[in-house]
Formats: sequence, structure tokens, C-alpha cells
Amino acid sequence: MNLLVFAVLASAAVLAALGVILSKSAIRSALSLVLNFMLLAILYFTLHSETLGVLQVVVYTGAIMVLFLFVIMLLSTQGNINLTESRDVKKIVGGLAGISLAALIGVQIYLPLASVPAPQFHAPQPIGPSYGAPEPLGLALFTRYGYPFETVSLLLMIGIVGSIMLAKRRVR
Amino acid sequence: MIVGKTLREEQGMMPKVFGQYVGILAMLLIAVIIGAVMVTGSWLFGPKKVSSYKNAAYECGVEPVGNARERFPIKFYLVGILFILFDIEVIFLWSWISIFKHATPAFQKFTFFEFITYMSTWIISYLYVIRVGAIDWDETVSLDSSKLTHMSPIQESELEPIGVTN
Amino acid sequence: MYYPPVPTVDPLALGPVGILSLFGVLGLVVELLRPKGKNGTIMLISLVGLAASAIALISDFGAGTVRSFGQMELHDHLGSISELILLVVATITVLISEPYLKEKKIAFGEFYPLLLWSTAGAMIMSTSSNLLMIFLGLEVLSISLYVLCGISRSEEKSEESAAKYFLLGAFSSGFLLYGIALIFGATGHFDLLSVTSVWANGSASSHNLLLGGFGLIVVGLCFKTGMIPFHQWTPDVYQGAPTNVTAFMSAAAKVAAFAAFWRLISAFAPSLQYWLAPLSAIAVLTILGGNLLALVQTDVKRILAYSSISHAGYILVDLLAHAKDPSINYVSMEFYLLSYALMTVGAFAVLSLLAARGKEVTKLSDLNGLWKRNPIAAVALVAFMMSLVGLPPFAGFFGKVLIFSDAVKAGLVPLAAVLAVGSVISAAYYLAIAKAAFVDEPNESPVQRPATLGPQTAFVLCMIGVIAISVFISPIQSFFQR
Repeated sequence: MNLLVFAVLASAAVLAALGVILSKSAIRSALSLVLNFMLLAILYFTLHSETLGVLQVVVYTGAIMVLFLFVIMLLSTQGNINLTESRDVKKIVGGLAGISLAALIGVQIYLPLASVPAPQFHAPQPIGPSYGAPEPLGLALFTRYGYPFETVSLLLMIGIVGSIMLAKRRVR
Repeated sequence: MIVGKTLREEQGMMPKVFGQYVGILAMLLIAVIIGAVMVTGSWLFGPKKVSSYKNAAYECGVEPVGNARERFPIKFYLVGILFILFDIEVIFLWSWISIFKHATPAFQKFTFFEFITYMSTWIISYLYVIRVGAIDWDETVSLDSSKLTHMSPIQESELEPIGVTN
Repeated sequence: MYYPPVPTVDPLALGPVGILSLFGVLGLVVELLRPKGKNGTIMLISLVGLAASAIALISDFGAGTVRSFGQMELHDHLGSISELILLVVATITVLISEPYLKEKKIAFGEFYPLLLWSTAGAMIMSTSSNLLMIFLGLEVLSISLYVLCGISRSEEKSEESAAKYFLLGAFSSGFLLYGIALIFGATGHFDLLSVTSVWANGSASSHNLLLGGFGLIVVGLCFKTGMIPFHQWTPDVYQGAPTNVTAFMSAAAKVAAFAAFWRLISAFAPSLQYWLAPLSAIAVLTILGGNLLALVQTDVKRILAYSSISHAGYILVDLLAHAKDPSINYVSMEFYLLSYALMTVGAFAVLSLLAARGKEVTKLSDLNGLWKRNPIAAVALVAFMMSLVGLPPFAGFFGKVLIFSDAVKAGLVPLAAVLAVGSVISAAYYLAIAKAAFVDEPNESPVQRPATLGPQTAFVLCMIGVIAISVFISPIQSFFQR
């Protein structure tokens, strides 16, 4: 049952991801990405990480995708932008080189990792009814991870000031 | 998923967990069905007269003119990026407000100061955003007229940075 | 529900970072209140912040190793020394910035807050053995630097440098994160402390995970420190960024990244046999490649960029010596970083004088006649170059001697030999810079603005520092060791 749910969701997510890179229209790519994000969120739900799933929907599907779509709308007023590239020998050679490199690295990584058993450092603990809810997350975030949390606030402030610096403060 | 089999699942509580989400799943399903029905319906029953005008990106509205690969204002990116950054800032607080009321006094005291620190960066960033007019869409309203000179073509020799008064 | 205990916070240990961030915010508030004013006030606030941070740091210097704030913050000697060097670098950068920014017509008040936050990020990175904090500190440091690189928006080179730095930096952060994830998978902790025990007790499979994570983190850190073959961004970014930003970046990013690198190498020392060879290869490539590529450059900023690459190679040799012989401590590395910071920032401070009428003029020939126009700057530049080569009365010499003897002591004689060869090669291009400033006559009279008080103080301080730390080398060593 578990495996089945996972297989269905994961394969659908992979298909959506393929749709992102294979579809010729930018809007379709973006919409496939929405689907992919949604499926990932459901996947988090099946893992009892409900908070993570909700955040996935709010941040990625909600905020980031709106940015994507709006930019595409701004760009593609000129009918369909042709996203396909012309065929080229270099692409074939490069693709083969890439695949062989991936195979080489893959073998290097797979052979050692194949023997790695499932992590056993934490024995499966009974999960409480609030597992995956925002409450335990808040407890951890504000106690053990308080320092990283405050650092993130600094990081976000830098992001805001920096983006305005680069985009808005113009030389008159 | 496969390795992390939880006790709850092993105890046969899986249906109950899924039971919580039946409503959402049903809603998703209905949404998909309605969408599919509307799209296929209009495809089946609607008249199909294809004209180049109808295939334009915006059927009604301004005729798109010119190349798409041109420069356009950066305003939206800025608004979008700022939205995302503030969005993430707020989301961090969600987990906090959901626990604050039921937590121990020590936790409440400690996290309150964390919250104050966090919010002060938030508020100062927000004031900064407002002050420099980063989210003003129509700059002709908010900027003083001397700042609007960039709207008209100017000589390079007139270039002068903001923040420097000689 | 399980209530985790509220962590204890050691205000003294967190002080320097907190004060610096706070003063950055203050600077932003001033900018917010008067967006058209001069930057004098903000500059003053930055300097006060840096001084206050330094006082907080020194008052608690050598208090022993303390972990606070949920074990995330590590207050130890290595971290404190790195913080001190970072504060020195930031102070010098603030001193040289204002006239330069005005000359280039980019005198935004936000520059100073971003600089302070960037320094705070570097300090966070160097005062934690927790991979999560190292990553966050690195991001705070880097994201401010991406913005600072692109601050000169009307200049294509500056935009190019920001874009390149951002894209490659984000890519390398990916490597770093993947490595952290693998280490977390193997140990169940973010802290580097747990690595050693897991390595000692773990199975072969967890060894593989650890080594994989180590490799990926090394790639990320090698990128940040600019090691060959992860150096491609360095010359373009250093050249394109405003010179004062380059000065800060060349020193601060290295100080912070090497502190983290040191902790990583220490934690992974038991697995030395697996990675000594590749890291030695990186060190050799970096030293020789950096020096050889610098020979063919004509732009002073690019020469200094390649020179900073080769210096990163020298420091890597010391890291490897430490891995091989744990009795070798961080004193030589920190001494080298201090001397490197002073001479590089000083050299860039002199270069920042060359900007005129909003343009960047950093060709080798632009230095011609500096001796006549600004004798103090020329003398300082020559001192920095001699020090960078590693000639005796200057700090660079002692730094190199320390690393050389460490390498020999640890039995890494080939690496020590490469270090010596690299130094000999480097003499050619450093002396070319000195010659351009002193001997060659300019073809046409270049525009040279008179040095104002800030930069003048900055490079005189650097020059005094470069000589002073070699005079007082043994007190400094014992201070570092305390």
C-alpha cells in the first residue's frame, strides 16, 4: 500500500518534471512545474510531514510559481516563443559525453552506496499524533535551532536590501 | 517512504490518517473534474473558427507589437522577489504562534526575545522598502520631479548618483 | 509533547556578531531617514560598530572553548582570531570606501550595512563547527558580496562580475549542501564533532557516506577560497567588482572559508589516507597554476586575483600539514591569513586610488609614475609586493617560513618544495607591479585624484602592520596560542 502510493506519486512527479523540460511552450513548462510541486507536497503528506507539505504549497506553488508565470506572461506576448534549438553535432557529442560522465560518476557513487543499509541511527520511534504538525517544528526552530533562525532573519534582510540595491537605486 | 515505515502505519492506522484528508482529496478531484469538463465541453461543442487574430496571445486587448526579447521594466521582478522574501519571513512565524500559547513559561520568555529580534529586522526591511519606494508601481506619483529625469533621454554628463550631494 | 530545554545563550560569545549586525541595521536606519544625505554618518556608525565588536571580542578573548545557543555557536581561539582578522579587514575597507565610491558615483549608503552584515556572516561561519551554521554564515557572507560586486550598475564589468559570482556561487553552495546532507545521513548530526566518533565506530558504508560528504564540502569550500580547478570565477569577479569590494572579498571570504576548512580537515583527519593525494594535487595545481597564470596578465586586479589563488594554495599546504600531524596548530595559518589580509587589502587600497571620473583604470601601465604622483602610495605598494613575494623584512616572509616549516615537519617535503618554487615564480609578476609604479614613465599624464585621509590612513596602517607583525612575530604567536 505504502509502496504503491509512493510509486504512483513519485512517477507522476517525475512525469511532471519531464513535462517541464520537454514541453515547447514556456507556459506549459511552468504549469507542469506547478503540478510537480503539488505532487511533491502530497508526497510530504504521505510521509506525515504535513507542515512541510503546506509550506511547499504556500511558498513554491503559491509564491514562486506566480513569479515564474508572471515573468513568462510578460515575455511571451509575441505568440509562441520557440524553445527548441536547432540540431547540432555538438549537441550529440556533448550529450554522449555527458551521459558517459554521468555513468562514470554514477558507478563511482553507486558501488559504494549500494552497500549502505537504511540508516539505523534512530530506531523507529512511535510518532505522536502531532508529528509533522507546526508545533514540534516551532519548538525545535526556536530552541535548538534558534541561532540559525536568527541568522536567517539577517539573511532575509540582506536579500531585501540587496535586491532593492540592485534593481531600484538607480543612478539618476 | 519505504524505509521509514512508522509505527502508526504498522499498527494499521494508515486508513485513519488518510481519512483526515478525504475532504481535500475529494475537493482536488472535483476541481480536476470541473476543469476537465469545462475544457472538453467547450472543445466538443464550441465553434472552431481559427483565425490568426484569435491565435494571438491576448485575444482582446492591445495587439502585441515588437520583439519579445526587449528590455522591459524590472518592477515586477522586484515586487515578486520582495513578496517571496516577506512570505518566507511570515512562514517562519507560523510554527511559533501555533506553539506559543501552550508552551512552558521559560520557552515563552526566551522565544519572545527571539521573536522581537526577528521582527525588528522584518520591520526595518519593510520601512526601507517603503522609504525607497521599491514597490511603487507608478513612480510619477511618489518620486519628486528631480528624480524623474531618467524618464527622458539625458546626457551621460548629467549622470549623478542618488545619495551624493556635491 | 516533548518540550526541548531552552538553550543557554552566552552573550559574550555572541557579542561580536550581534553588535556588528546591530550597527549594520543602525546604518540602514540612518540611510532610511536621509536617503539624500552624505554617507559620513553611516561611515562613522560602521567604524564605531567595528570598534565595539572588536572590544567585545577582545574582552572575551581566550576564555576557552565555549559552546552556546544550542551548541550552534562555538567560541574558541581559532574563531576569535579569525573574527579579529575579519574586523581589521572590514575596518580598512570602510576607510578606503567613501572617496572611491564617490569617484565612481556609486556612493549608496547601503554599502556600509551590507559590508557589516557580510563581515558578520564571515564571523558566523568562522565561529561554528556546526555545518548548518557554516552554511548559513557562508550564505550571509556571499549574498552580501554578490550584491556588493554588482553595486556599480552602470558598469558592465561590475554586473558581469555579480552575475558570474552569483551563478557559480549558487552552484557551489549546492555542492556544499549535498555534502552536508551526506554527512548528516552518516552521523545524524550537523556538527563536525560527531564525525570523528562515527568514523572510528562506523561501518564501511558510513565511511563511504562520510567521504562522499567530505569530498562535496571540499568542492564547495575550494570554490569559495578559489582553488584551481574551481577558480574560474576569481579573475573576472575580482576585476569587475568595485576595487574596495575586491579588497574586502579577497581577504574576508578566505579568512572565513579557511577557518571552516580547518575545522573540516581536523574532523576528518583520521581518514587522511583517502584524501591526502587529491587535496595535495589541488594544492600543487593551485600554487603553480595561480602563479603561472598571473605571469601573463596585464591588469593589476587580475594579477592580484591570480596571486590570491596561489596564496590559497599555500594555506592549503598548511591545512594538509595539520591533517598529517595534528600537533601543528592553527597559529601559522592564522598568522599567514593576517599577513595576507594586510598586504592584499593594502594593495587594493592603493589601486582604489586609481579610479578616476567614474572609470576603473587598473592596467599595469596605469600605475606608471605613481612614484611621482603619490610617493607614500608607491612606497606602500612596493612594500605590499615585497611582502607578497615573501621577502625578509615583511610579514609575508615569516608567514611562508611558518608554513614551509610546518610542511617539512609533517613530512610533506614535496609540497614544501612546490611552495618555494611558486614563491620564486611569483617574484616576477609582483616585481613587475612594483616596477610599473616606480620605474616606468607614463606615456600621457594620467588623471590622479589626490589621496584623501581615509585611504591614506588605510594603506599606511597596512604598511605599518605588514612590518609590525613581522617584528612582533613571537608575541603575536603566543597571543594566538593563548
